[in-house]
Amino acid sequence: MTLIDLANPTRFLALTARVLPWLAAATIILLTIGLYQAALAPDDYQQGATVKIMFIHVPNAWLSMFVWGVMSIASLGTLVWRHPLADVAAKAAAPIGAAFTFLALLTGSLWGRPMWGTYWEWDARLTSVLILFLMYLGLMALWRAVDDPSRAARAAAVLTLVGAINLPIIKFSVDWWNTLHQPASVMRMGGSALDKSFLIPLLVMAVAFTLLFVTLHLAAMRNEILRRRVRSLQMMQASRIAFSSEVAVGSREDNASKEAGAA
Amino acid sequence: MTMSLGPYASFIVTSYAAAALVVAILIGWVMLDHRSQTQRLRELEQRGITRRSGRSATDPR
Repeated sequence: MTLIDLANPTRFLALTARVLPWLAAATIILLTIGLYQAALAPDDYQQGATVKIMFIHVPNAWLSMFVWGVMSIASLGTLVWRHPLADVAAKAAAPIGAAFTFLALLTGSLWGRPMWGTYWEWDARLTSVLILFLMYLGLMALWRAVDDPSRAARAAAVLTLVGAINLPIIKFSVDWWNTLHQPASVMRMGGSALDKSFLIPLLVMAVAFTLLFVTLHLAAMRNEILRRRVRSLQMMQASRIAFSSEVAVGSREDNASKEAGAA
Repeated sequence: MTMSLGPYASFIVTSYAAAALVVAILIGWVMLDHRSQTQRLRELEQRGITRRSGRSATDPR
């Protein structure tokens, strides 16, 4: 099945009906394995047991950027290729991305208090992620503010692509500026700086959260397609009512003129 | 086997509880939204408002 085949919403709904149960099962299994491994991971020599917060903070931080990346590709799909499901994908991803970004900020803050001595610091990494969170909220507000989905889609696509500038800023903020946040320790030149006992549960949790995103995203896209069907059926109903009331008014006027002529 | 979370247990437990809560909210939102849209489509179809294809709007085929 190609992307063009999936341009048909009905075909996409059929695919999600088949795939969603398997995705949900795989997510539950991987999350269970990841949580078990996270529980068994040893304490870090510096962080102690707070290293366990990293197993949920890092996947959420990765996903906060990954979801915006998905939305950016979908926005190109809306503006360049005019793929019918592109704006559905972008709209459905925004609340999920906002939730992951919120969790990245919250768990980072809860890790920062015992390790840095503060919940929050206005440094480049933390501030740029906060801006990303606010952009997610702004995008969700924009979708709600415009009634016509196709008009909202174009405005949201432009905003999403402009916001994508923030992604390299977040990624390289720890290299470009002197920040409290530690530099990259997993995806870096020369390989991961993490010991296997931390790296394996972290990667399992990252894959589990990514699967969670894919599952929720497909389910939210299915809901958005159904919402648009509701909207089009409601418009059809409204036009039928308007047409029948016009016909009724027209026939009353005809009768009135006939009666006046007879008189 | 017991797990010792040390002096910062409250921060660790709060982090995991918050993650569980947010994920539960996301799952609940998706499921309730699906139920709501399906219900609205059924109501419209019962009033005789159907798609041009004639197929049910809730039918994924």
